[in-house]
Amino acid sequence: MSDLKKIKDEYLNKLDSDLHIESVNQIKTELFGKNGKISNSFKTLGSLPNDERKKFASDLNSIKDELQDKINSKLKEIETKEINSKLENEKVDVTLPEREFSRGKIHPVSQVIDEISSIFSEIGFSVEEGPDIENEHYNFTALNTPDNHPARDMHDTFYLDNNKELLLRTHTSPVQVRTMLNGKPPFKIIAPGRTYRSDSDQTHSPMFHQVEGLHIDKDINMGHLKGCLNYFIKSFFEVDKIKMRFRPSHFPFTEPSAEVDIGYEIKNGKIVIGEGDKWLEILGCGMVHPNVLKNVKVNPDKYQGYAFGIGIDRLGMLKYGINDLRAFFETDYRWLNHFGFDPLDVPSNYRGLSR
Amino acid sequence: MKFTIGWLKEHLDTQKKDNELIEKLTNIGLEVESFENLSSSLDSFKVAKIINAEQHPNADRLRICDVDIGLDNTVKVVCGAPNAKKDLLTIYAGPGSIIPKNNMKLSVSKIRGVTSYGMLCSESELNLSNESEGITELSTSKYSDKIGKNFFNSNTEKVVDLSITPNRPDCLGVRGIARDLAAAGVGKLKKISLKNIKNNGSQKIKVSITKDKNQGCTVFGSCLIEGVTNEESPKWLKEKIISLGQKPISAIVDITNYVMLDLNRPLHAYDADKIDKEIIVRNSKKGETFEALDNKEYKLGDDMCVISDKSGVLGLGGIIGGTRSGTEINTKNILLESAYFIPRSIRKTSKLLNIDTDAKFRFERGIDTQSIELGLSKAAQLISEICGGKISNFDIQKTDKHEKNKIKFNVFLFEKITGFKVNDNEIIKILTDLGFEVTKEKFELELKIPTWRPDITQSIDIVEEIVRIIGYENIETLQPEKTKIKDTLNVQQKLFHFLQRSVASKGYFETVTWSFTDSKINKLFKENLKEIKIVNPISSDLDVLRNSIFTNLTFYLKKNLDRGFKDISLFEIGPIFKDNKPGEQLTVIGAIKSGKISRLNWNEKDRVVDVFDVKRDVIQTLVEAGYDRQSFFVKDESPSYYHPGKSGSIYLDKDEIEPVAFFGEIHPNILKKLDIKTEGLVGFEIYMDYLKENKIKLKDLKTNFEYSDYQKSERDFAFVVDKNFKAQDLIEIISSIDKNLIRSIKIFDIYEGENIPQDKKSIALNVTIQSSEKTLEESDLEKINKLIISTVETKSGAKIRS
Repeated sequence: MSDLKKIKDEYLNKLDSDLHIESVNQIKTELFGKNGKISNSFKTLGSLPNDERKKFASDLNSIKDELQDKINSKLKEIETKEINSKLENEKVDVTLPEREFSRGKIHPVSQVIDEISSIFSEIGFSVEEGPDIENEHYNFTALNTPDNHPARDMHDTFYLDNNKELLLRTHTSPVQVRTMLNGKPPFKIIAPGRTYRSDSDQTHSPMFHQVEGLHIDKDINMGHLKGCLNYFIKSFFEVDKIKMRFRPSHFPFTEPSAEVDIGYEIKNGKIVIGEGDKWLEILGCGMVHPNVLKNVKVNPDKYQGYAFGIGIDRLGMLKYGINDLRAFFETDYRWLNHFGFDPLDVPSNYRGLSR
Repeated sequence: MKFTIGWLKEHLDTQKKDNELIEKLTNIGLEVESFENLSSSLDSFKVAKIINAEQHPNADRLRICDVDIGLDNTVKVVCGAPNAKKDLLTIYAGPGSIIPKNNMKLSVSKIRGVTSYGMLCSESELNLSNESEGITELSTSKYSDKIGKNFFNSNTEKVVDLSITPNRPDCLGVRGIARDLAAAGVGKLKKISLKNIKNNGSQKIKVSITKDKNQGCTVFGSCLIEGVTNEESPKWLKEKIISLGQKPISAIVDITNYVMLDLNRPLHAYDADKIDKEIIVRNSKKGETFEALDNKEYKLGDDMCVISDKSGVLGLGGIIGGTRSGTEINTKNILLESAYFIPRSIRKTSKLLNIDTDAKFRFERGIDTQSIELGLSKAAQLISEICGGKISNFDIQKTDKHEKNKIKFNVFLFEKITGFKVNDNEIIKILTDLGFEVTKEKFELELKIPTWRPDITQSIDIVEEIVRIIGYENIETLQPEKTKIKDTLNVQQKLFHFLQRSVASKGYFETVTWSFTDSKINKLFKENLKEIKIVNPISSDLDVLRNSIFTNLTFYLKKNLDRGFKDISLFEIGPIFKDNKPGEQLTVIGAIKSGKISRLNWNEKDRVVDVFDVKRDVIQTLVEAGYDRQSFFVKDESPSYYHPGKSGSIYLDKDEIEPVAFFGEIHPNILKKLDIKTEGLVGFEIYMDYLKENKIKLKDLKTNFEYSDYQKSERDFAFVVDKNFKAQDLIEIISSIDKNLIRSIKIFDIYEGENIPQDKKSIALNVTIQSSEKTLEESDLEKINKLIISTVETKSGAKIRS
């Protein structure tokens, strides 16, 4: 028994010192291996007399447990120490730059078109499109702008043939004509797209974007037109109140016609929409001319409604503070990066038009 | 259309303040472009005296003048006029002045090394006369005590500039504007006061309008004024003309211009002595020529409306007069013309000859057919007052009576269109004030349309008249209804939006470029498409519609490379054109990528962009859009602007006819031709029109979720195949061996070189095998293993590499 006690004390003592994992394993073998000291002691159990055996076995087991626990805790201790020292050596400089990830950008014109579509979707409009190349009938004549009409001079047209029959559409209004010719009333559409005029200076680009709107039904009047545009402008600029002014104007394809101004002011060099006492013209609109309805085989005695045309690029410039129209189309990487939108920023009704 | 408030008040009796009038103008559809004090710009012209003039050291013709402008110190002005000499009284314009003749703004400038503070002005520069030889010489007696004073009488009147829409010719005259304002309730339209003029005897020059087909003239009124003294206009008239930014010429010309601006009644004055016997209004014959007042010789075509005499063409009716019969300062007898020309005819002729004049602008919009005599009276009266002379009777030749048009107007239409009600009496008052003759019959108004309103032809025009005068602010704002007739976007549009954002999410910056391009660049990308020329391009390097998105993308890529960017990813989604007819266009996504991946990266090695970068992007885009990667089929065929060995086309399915996309390296020749300098340039194109609608909707796709929990095994193989054997075929062979067991195939190595024959390559792949029914035994795996090897060897001629 005193032997056992001696062994126990000796090994507990050993295990208290600073050991490598190999030494602990060595101790483990010395105690519990095939010829280990504890293993051998168990072998002597059988040769002991009955009355001694019980006590000896009990002592032996408790010594065994004590040593085993000590070994296990020592092993754990060493492991933790080793991991800790390994971690110490594995430290990296996390302030180094991360791996590259490049997400592209959505052009402001596309973003604004999506914003517009989302707003009009909410009040029941669907999106129509038309070809960039038009013939003079769809672009002018069907829109009550016959060849001898001076209003044609307001459109500097790009022609694609010498007879001036084929041209690049000067506005999105021919989509009205195509939509009405191909369907039956009611019509409630917007038509965004590219438009072209042979005009090029600081504020004009030979290509720009318009969105056409058309709502034809049995009793659509100028009050609906006002309400629709008021709703649109407020939603688009994401303001609660907007100052709007409808002014009489003239377009051959609408009668009565109006131009719409919105109030603004300049604050800290930036334009603020909806406040102030300055007016900014942003769109043209009116009640679709009965001649146009006749031209597209819609009975003007039964159906009536409004149409409007808005410059998309200009809306984008106003909303996002872009000064130069021409920059829209010049593909300057810096500009695209600055004014472009994250493709995950999809304008929608439920999560808002923009962040 | 410009006028002063004072002029307006000659026609409008009003107590309203200027700004109220201005606001009203805009509210009734006469848009005010500007309302500015014109005098302010003329205030900078001072009476000045040259104190000293010496030769410019560096220029023979220039003199340096010390000029007294009434301040303590003189100013130095460099002047090129031969008459700039000591003691001359003249007109000085300081820096910041705007020269009336050319609207040039003066600034302090160095002229041949000597700084000049302003300018000494000629009469022509100030629009005072045509005298441009030297600087203005002012008389000492009149001006010696006025040095430093304003040369122009300070005119405090502001000038209104209106933008008149093409439907309102009547408002191209001050009176028309006054009439609209009166109708809108801000004043009363004054009566035109005409003194009785004595008409002495008949008009001696015979006038006739021929009965040609499409005769452009229907009324020709004239009178002869004999014994006039044409001279400079009196001050009031000159100032009126100048205040509108025009140039006084002579009394006769100024008077005709004045009547035109006042009543929108264009007139023309002929030197009667230069007319050969009689006036014949007729159609021109092809080849006739005449010299017009713009000093250009015009060659006429057939059937243009000309005013002629026995010797030939005098002028183009309603467009421009000729030099042969023009009035001059010594003209004694004049024939005054007041006529009506048909807008269509004016427009046609002026377009063909490319002439734009004030008269043409007005006649083409439609002149009051009943203003012939009024115009003659007013002008003749002024001429006789200013220039003297004896006025003949008026001679009016007419081929059309031009009776007033009538329409019936149902008052209910007003509310139907505008959404609000106005009482009948108010409607009648507005229309009467606008010049309509109104007869009321129950709910209908019978209206005689005033002859100065050619734009009004139907009931809807009447609605507009009433609502614009009452004011658009009276229209209610109705809340929009949210009912939808159909889906916002159709399938194609949804796809467009999706692909756009999908490509952008892969690192490409979206751009929008013009639909036209430089034909020289277009040629590199047009393949067998037709070149579509623009007849009137904005510039010679934007002369065709693009046949490919790459035209502009590569052009702008180069610009960005020149800005110092290297690794650029750009894309555009938009139209390309196949022909010049509506609908002959395709919607295409074009994307390009230049430079390197991981350039200057501390933990990854950089590499040049390659074909597999764009292949990943294009395939992933299609997959995200819902197309099945498993059925894609890639061919090594592509348009000629791609590198022939490093590009391909993608078909949604093996059996499709049209590829939906191309991808690859851009051909080195293109880079050379466009002078694009980059380590690598790759790109892809997706043809949206060839993308079929996805038949499997998301909701259908999601119904079955099947998976296997049985153990999966992986096996590696290496096959030695012909060098041009395609990996796609190898995968196809293996995957079709047992679609149930072979779950995935990954190629992990391609090897050519040592231990492999010259014309061969080794493809190493990893095959995942898993059953959905049981755990496969070693023997099952061995079986499929063998089957893979034997099938590949038989079908492809490959050899398993041991």
